[in-house]
Amino acid sequence: MIGDALDGARIAVTGATGFLGTALVERLLRSVPGCQLVLLIRPGRRTPALERARREVFRNDCFDRLRAQLGDGFDAEIERRVTVIGGDVATDGLGLDDEGRGRLASCDVVMHVAAAVSFDSPLDAAVEVNLLGPPRVAAVLADAGSKAHLVAVSTAYVAGTRRGRSPEALLADTPFAIEVSWRGEVDAARRARGDVDAASRAPERLAGFAKRARSELGAAGPPLLAERLEKLRLEWVTDTMVDAGRARAKGLGWPDVYAYTKALGERALLDACTEGGVAFTIVRPSIIESALAEPRAGWIRGFRMAEPVIISYGRGLLKQFPGIPEGVVDVIPVDLVVAALIAVAARGPNPAGPDVFQVASGARNPLRYRRLVNLVQGWFREHPLYDSEGQPIVVPEWSFPGRGRVQRQLLRTTRALSAAERVITSLPIRGRQAELSSRFEERRSEAERALGYVQLYGAYAETEAVFDVDRLLALWSSLPPEDQAVFGFDPGVIDWPHYVRNVHLPSIVANSRVRTTAGRKTGASRQERGRRAVLSPARHLAAFDLENTLIASNVVESYAWLATRHLPMDERVQFTLRTLREGPALLALDRRDRGDFLRHFYRRYEGAPAEQLFSDSWEMFSSLILARSFPSGIRRIRRHRALGHRTVLITGALDFVIAPLRPLFDDIVCASLGQDAEGRLTGELLAGPPTGEARTLAMASYAEAEGLRLEESVAYADSASDLPMLEAVGFPVAVNPEAKLATIARKRGWHVEHWARAPGFAKHRLPIGPLLRSGAHGVPKRYPMYSRAEGGDR
Amino acid sequence: MSRPGFVLDVDRSTPPMLFWHGEKFRLERLPEGSRVVYPPEPVEALADPDAAIRHALLNPVGDSAPLPALLKAGMRLTICFDDVSLPLPPMRRPDVRQRVIEAVLDLAADAGVDDVVLIAALALHRRMTEAELRHALGDRVYDAFAPFGQLTQLDAEDPDAMLHLGTTDQGEDVEISKRAATSDLIVYVNINLVAMDGGHKSVATGLASYRSLKHHHNVATMLQSRSFMDQHRSELHSSNWRMGRHIAASGIKVFQIETTLNTDTFPEHFAFLQRREWEWGPKDRATFLAVSRSLDRTPARLARSIFHGIRSPHQMASVQAGEVEAVHALTTENLYRQQLVEVSGQTDVLTMGLPYISPYNVNSIMNPILVACLGLGYFFNLYRGKPLVREGGVLILRHPTPWAFHPVHHPSYIDFFEEVLAETTDPVKIEADFEERFATDPWYIHLYRTSYAYHGVHPFYMWYWCAHALSHLGGVIVVGGDVKAVRRMGFKPASTLQDALEMASDVVGRDPSITYLHAPPLLLADVR
Repeated sequence: MIGDALDGARIAVTGATGFLGTALVERLLRSVPGCQLVLLIRPGRRTPALERARREVFRNDCFDRLRAQLGDGFDAEIERRVTVIGGDVATDGLGLDDEGRGRLASCDVVMHVAAAVSFDSPLDAAVEVNLLGPPRVAAVLADAGSKAHLVAVSTAYVAGTRRGRSPEALLADTPFAIEVSWRGEVDAARRARGDVDAASRAPERLAGFAKRARSELGAAGPPLLAERLEKLRLEWVTDTMVDAGRARAKGLGWPDVYAYTKALGERALLDACTEGGVAFTIVRPSIIESALAEPRAGWIRGFRMAEPVIISYGRGLLKQFPGIPEGVVDVIPVDLVVAALIAVAARGPNPAGPDVFQVASGARNPLRYRRLVNLVQGWFREHPLYDSEGQPIVVPEWSFPGRGRVQRQLLRTTRALSAAERVITSLPIRGRQAELSSRFEERRSEAERALGYVQLYGAYAETEAVFDVDRLLALWSSLPPEDQAVFGFDPGVIDWPHYVRNVHLPSIVANSRVRTTAGRKTGASRQERGRRAVLSPARHLAAFDLENTLIASNVVESYAWLATRHLPMDERVQFTLRTLREGPALLALDRRDRGDFLRHFYRRYEGAPAEQLFSDSWEMFSSLILARSFPSGIRRIRRHRALGHRTVLITGALDFVIAPLRPLFDDIVCASLGQDAEGRLTGELLAGPPTGEARTLAMASYAEAEGLRLEESVAYADSASDLPMLEAVGFPVAVNPEAKLATIARKRGWHVEHWARAPGFAKHRLPIGPLLRSGAHGVPKRYPMYSRAEGGDR
Repeated sequence: MSRPGFVLDVDRSTPPMLFWHGEKFRLERLPEGSRVVYPPEPVEALADPDAAIRHALLNPVGDSAPLPALLKAGMRLTICFDDVSLPLPPMRRPDVRQRVIEAVLDLAADAGVDDVVLIAALALHRRMTEAELRHALGDRVYDAFAPFGQLTQLDAEDPDAMLHLGTTDQGEDVEISKRAATSDLIVYVNINLVAMDGGHKSVATGLASYRSLKHHHNVATMLQSRSFMDQHRSELHSSNWRMGRHIAASGIKVFQIETTLNTDTFPEHFAFLQRREWEWGPKDRATFLAVSRSLDRTPARLARSIFHGIRSPHQMASVQAGEVEAVHALTTENLYRQQLVEVSGQTDVLTMGLPYISPYNVNSIMNPILVACLGLGYFFNLYRGKPLVREGGVLILRHPTPWAFHPVHHPSYIDFFEEVLAETTDPVKIEADFEERFATDPWYIHLYRTSYAYHGVHPFYMWYWCAHALSHLGGVIVVGGDVKAVRRMGFKPASTLQDALEMASDVVGRDPSITYLHAPPLLLADVR
């Protein structure tokens, strides 16, 4: 009896926060009431191991059943039976202190479940966890003189992409063993990380990152660009390491870095155990999917392999997935794997030497690819997902194309979409048109994801290996009927149509947050929810950019207006032509650096009479600023004020230009020019222009001085150069965003507003001051010198 | 000798009728048996307006001395004048105001009066631009006064510029321009386009603040003014008269000058607008076709600027000066003489085509609220006796009613349309729930004072102007309007007049009586 064998046993489990580990812990607690558990959990950056266990293990819905059984006694039961020790399988000695080491060594069974299960991990990360993890556990046990039985979870795919039968035997004993030194692989992987990192710092590569950062963010200011550059560099290093892993795995005959590192991990484990005299058993499951029955049918954790592929198919995004129709997709429900692991633990180590169990369905109860596709297709036809308009999505017919064709197709799509995206991003458009680019971006990333799935998982639908389960079945037969009733792991019992249609698909659809009901969404739309969040009484500060956020105008226009106000007609024409000629150069400078642009541009005000400009700017307020304002924007400022929020205008425009807007704002941060003794403007800024990161600083210091928190603040802006300001607050709003910002806003789920000028009002007019008639009649005569004799202008 | 207005009974031989449709025109064939109310033809203009003005100033009516006798050296003289809302459309230069004010200034200069200030009597209207002031007053007056701050526009929100004169016996606050109230003489220069204008309303409304205006610019007053074109049945006027008499009793002296214009409203190339359709000659037909075809192909904005460029040829038909009430009685008589058309009996369905202009969108955009106000406020009230349409009848308007607003002139209108009308169209509820917030909103006040915006409360007045019609009518249908904008105001949109008549039959039954008010040019229906 398993229960008896493990009664009073101390069982250590690594990887308890993962899919298989959580199920294993739950099952041990529920079905083996006599055992004690020691969980080795890696402390999070901020959460200690114990807290992680509470949050990520015991709060999982996997424990709902046990919680219901125990009622209020649940926490006490956990307290009594579970010990958590902090440690990390990716470091030598598992990062354990003496106490932890003692706890682990005192165990009767150590179940090593922890793994980097992602198929596209970077080479070195996979090596540290999957290859070096098992020998590290063995070494700790050996050093402490522990007599524990080490049960290591591997994968059936260590057999690689070979055809034919794959026996339950140590790799060295199989016909397709590859002679590579695992130590050599470890050294190479670690060296590769250093090399790639060095390569990423080469000047020409850094220049490439800088160029990309600028094209993504525009003139967002040096700190943000630097931050983005570093992120791009790290991403490049990771991507290159992922590529290195994939290439090395493929080169040696494994489908991916996961199987490759797992396979070498088995070898390393053998070496370590042999050396340290540790008794061990290897358990190799195939593709683990949702539970057949325990703790409940359909339980699954995470969303990794078949799940995203299936959901993408259901959403109509993945039109094809390569595979061999008669090939076997080796899927095994998680509860069968858990039961097998517990049975192995109860049996104890094989005195004749280490042995291997494979937990797979292919040999005993194969699920063919064509059958799986038919089941999935049929299910989605009956239970379609719905698009954003509430219409059912019809799933595509699958024609079982080769992998190459699908990849080529997807690659073409991806390239076309990113070309279109590049064109749109470089156009000077904003608002709804600019959102087109973010839609392209979304479509492209969907296509890229589909391509990724095909590249990553394609091999698993093409596998022609058959995993032997003779030893597993022998173990099964050796169990008494009572154990067989509780710990079922015979793959023969799986009824595939039932499992796929009634267990797995409903479960992953429910887990994936897709629309499963027809009709338009009821309740508040996304737009309304965003607006409500922004206008909640809990907010307390709203910061506004000016140009293209509140008015469709800019510093060049206001300058032109003021400069031409007192010019006669012929000089106006000259001025306009001159300004138009300079246009492209100014635009380019503005795109490069907003602060430099303002400094450069404001020089033009040098020598201008300050008082005249100040009084003219009141006229400009009506004829330019208000005429080009967005009424909805003005209304929004007033809404914030009515709600008791502080309102702040942060703009690079000049103080006298925006003075008439003063009543809308509690505070204004803007640019001001110096004056000389004769009251003429110097054309030099009194302080740095409030652009880019200077805006963030201005906001932060304002908030601090006023005792406000930026997390509860709202910022409205229209361009990527305002990113620092938008990122600084808790509630950023992109107003009429230009293409770059539209893309960023969509990615980050920021609220977007489309504010337009008053409808029906004249759109295109040169920003020049209205022609004045004063002066045309000579020096005006002051009443009472007004006399009849001067009449005659009728 | 001009022909009086008259009522045509439509029969089989009647040609299609010309309808205004904003900046466009439409021909509509009316059902047989419909009536068309035509305005009288323009009366003869004064041959020598300057002489007539001088004559009026020297020979005042009522209890008033001639103007020269009222002007003395060292006195404070304030000359107030109607703003850009009058006349409609703006008249060709020289404007009547320029003629009158130059005449007044000549007398003042002769008398050696130094302290003269001109005030544009805006009440809560937008400020006039320099160009508009120059047009109304002439460059000579503008250049002589404006640079020295002696040409001003009323700022009813400047607490230092207003003076509270106590309350009337009905408890109505009287608060007018301090400069005017503290002057030795106010000369008020009117252009009386319709019977509503002038009288005590000139000073009591034109120079007043919100505090004072709210006593007669409200829903209750509007419901009791039947109509406000008929001073003796208008609560709007009763209140203004009480205030006017209170002002006079406070010792403030007003020398009232009122002028009427003839109804020669449109220039030569729009002459067909002033002819009766069956009298159109080949030239009228040709210009109509050319004008309306090309307008249909003109973008709305361009069409708007073409129409707002119209300077009307109307000319002074009468001028009278002196004591307010005596002057106004004469003016009203003159207006009635040139505008009254006798109509017998009310109608089930009243239909009208609305033009591109109302008093509040000169050089601006006719937004949906102004469309409603022009139709339900002004044209509906162009009656004496009984409304043209019976109680429970249907009003069919023709206007494109675009969802368009002038961001500088009408900022509070935009918010009124977006926020207030989205919630309710009931004037009583609007007045109770929203008026104060808009009227005291500091941003609107800022815009009214420093920019060219109508006061925050102004859209409310526009809606109150409709209150009498809204309570009287069984339904309002707008033909050819922006569907969303029309619905927002609680009206029904129709694509053709035929459809509108069909829809109206749900309210007034089959075979209703139909009357078409053929205006502008303006008329006043004397419904017996």
